[in-house]
Amino acid sequence: MPEEVAGLVAAAQAGDRKAFDELVRVTYLDTYTLAYRLTGNEEDARDVVQEAYLRAFRGLKRFRGEARFSTWMYRITANCASTHLGKRRRHRHEELTDEVVDELHSGADPEASLEADSLRAQLQEVLRGLPPKLRAVVVLRDIYDLPHEAIAAELGISESAAKVRLHRARRKLREDLFPMPADDDACNDRDAHAV
Amino acid sequence: MQYEVLNCEDVADVLADCARGESALPVEARRHVEQCLRCQAEVVQYRKLLRALHKMRTELLEPAPGLLAEVLVGLEVAGERQALRSALAGKKVAYIGGIAAAATAAAAGGAIVLVRTRARRLAS
Ligand SMILES: [Zn+2]
Repeated sequence: MPEEVAGLVAAAQAGDRKAFDELVRVTYLDTYTLAYRLTGNEEDARDVVQEAYLRAFRGLKRFRGEARFSTWMYRITANCASTHLGKRRRHRHEELTDEVVDELHSGADPEASLEADSLRAQLQEVLRGLPPKLRAVVVLRDIYDLPHEAIAAELGISESAAKVRLHRARRKLREDLFPMPADDDACNDRDAHAV
Repeated sequence: MQYEVLNCEDVADVLADCARGESALPVEARRHVEQCLRCQAEVVQYRKLLRALHKMRTELLEPAPGLLAEVLVGLEVAGERQALRSALAGKKVAYIGGIAAAATAAAAGGAIVLVRTRARRLAS
């Protein structure tokens, strides 16, 4: 697949429109999956995929073969998702916040929780419950393996802010996946410091 | 040798990095974790979490039908616009080129007239 993609990229860069269409065909499920994980819903994910391929099409000449095409597409998708979600929030006059809201499980159907018996299924659920800003960094870092500086650049934040968000996201995911029994541990002063 | 004594909160952020293999635990943090069952349990939990996240990389989600067609149509429209823009830009170049050619011709014509005038003057 990577060689096939590389060939298509080269042809598309040389102006072959059909090759770019084919490139979309072989990569769009991957792009959609990332867009869905970043936005958390189908409608936004579709918009992001559209926009990402338009940007890729316009910027294809700038793509250098050193990076993989998939990584380049992830970065464009991350950037589009960040812009898209930012616009949406402004539109709805919502405050840009990355506060963790602890209502993830409050409305959850206990039977549904029982069904989500595998770690993977639970992970999908707790991931969806993360605030978009925290979700974005953990998805890009721990699922798609993008470097910190790329994540920071595409989300328009500093590298240290990206790392802080990553720590918060991982901690929240761990706490949701492996809830602690009632605290009787002397070594427990964490919540007092939690940001 | 004196080591700073750390508590769970102090090492919390580095546990996941360490579980991911991104960085080794600093000496002080390692001393805390070696003695703290809670932090050891957290490292194990982070390993499980990170492994599960890593596995998600190969999973593909299936969109409702029509997405591929929507993207391809969007690209076609963008491609046509781009072609139109470059065609217009091409025409603009041709137009400017035409003006330049006309100006050159006019200048050359002027030069010929000038030469003839000088020739006539010399003859007379
Ligand atoms: Zn500890």
